[in-house]
Amino acid sequence: MVLNDAEQQLISLIQGGLPLSSRPWAEIGRKMNMDEEDVLQQVRSLQERGLIKRFGLVVRHHELGYTANAMVVWDVPDDQVQSVGEALGRHDCVTLCYQRPRRLPEWPYNLFCMIHGKDRERVLEIIDELVETEGLQDIPHEVLFSGERFKQRGAKYL
Amino acid sequence: MRYCSVASASSSAAQNISDLLRDLLLDAIDRAIINQLQKGFPICERPYQEAAQSLGISETELIQRLQAMLDDKRLSRFGPLYHAERMGGGLSLCAMAVPAEDFDEVAVQVNRFPEVAHNYARDHDLNMWFVLATETPQRIDEVLKEIQARTGYPVYNMPKKQEFFVGLHFEV
Repeated sequence: MVLNDAEQQLISLIQGGLPLSSRPWAEIGRKMNMDEEDVLQQVRSLQERGLIKRFGLVVRHHELGYTANAMVVWDVPDDQVQSVGEALGRHDCVTLCYQRPRRLPEWPYNLFCMIHGKDRERVLEIIDELVETEGLQDIPHEVLFSGERFKQRGAKYL
Repeated sequence: MRYCSVASASSSAAQNISDLLRDLLLDAIDRAIINQLQKGFPICERPYQEAAQSLGISETELIQRLQAMLDDKRLSRFGPLYHAERMGGGLSLCAMAVPAEDFDEVAVQVNRFPEVAHNYARDHDLNMWFVLATETPQRIDEVLKEIQARTGYPVYNMPKKQEFFVGLHFEV
């Protein structure tokens, strides 16, 4: 584990969310028997080491109207994954773009991207535009819209 | 150059009653808060005051509005986003092909695992997709085997090999 005891305690105290009070770090500090300034120091260190990517709010995109959530998967020849992945990742409509392993024979797709939109028709149009713009007509792809969401929570680490 | 906009995924022609209702509920200040605070939050003694200042509202109003949006579930969380791999943890996307008649029961069984972070039904033969987040990378395989044993269906493990872009941001 790359974390010391105090860091582990801090992470578990804030992973559900930061206290909504004027001096949130002082509140955390009281629970840890630490000064506000020392808590802040620790948080900055976690951020500098890249363990905390950022602070901010996490939306429930469904509740905000982004109900058409498409996972678009592509079967890209291995020697083109890099260039196609980078090209798709440059589009604003693509919120995530990852290379993942194929699971043959059931699953031939090795490039995954997410497109979140407010209705399915518009999302399908965007995907057509992506294919057109990037010249991906010869690369097989499928669009998997999400149906029911059973569970959404942040990952827990400690 | 990033040139197609997520916001354009909304087609104004197709805006229905529920969209209008939601827009009425989500006023301009809430929208500004959501758009700005998805990008980040200051790390300082009075972070709400600092963020509120750049939004042109008071610290108290920002705190109250965040609380209200958490209460009515528009926001899922306000806090840190961790880097799972650097924290020493494991992270993977997994999929299963579950026959319709067993689907609900298997969803309950899968969601009972605390390592399952979120789980979506998708329209494909592989119709259940979930993210596993574990304390160690080794735990991924163990949990997969436990899920297979519990449900009786194979789990396809598709961990990330390379990341081209992550910029999950919802403009409202």
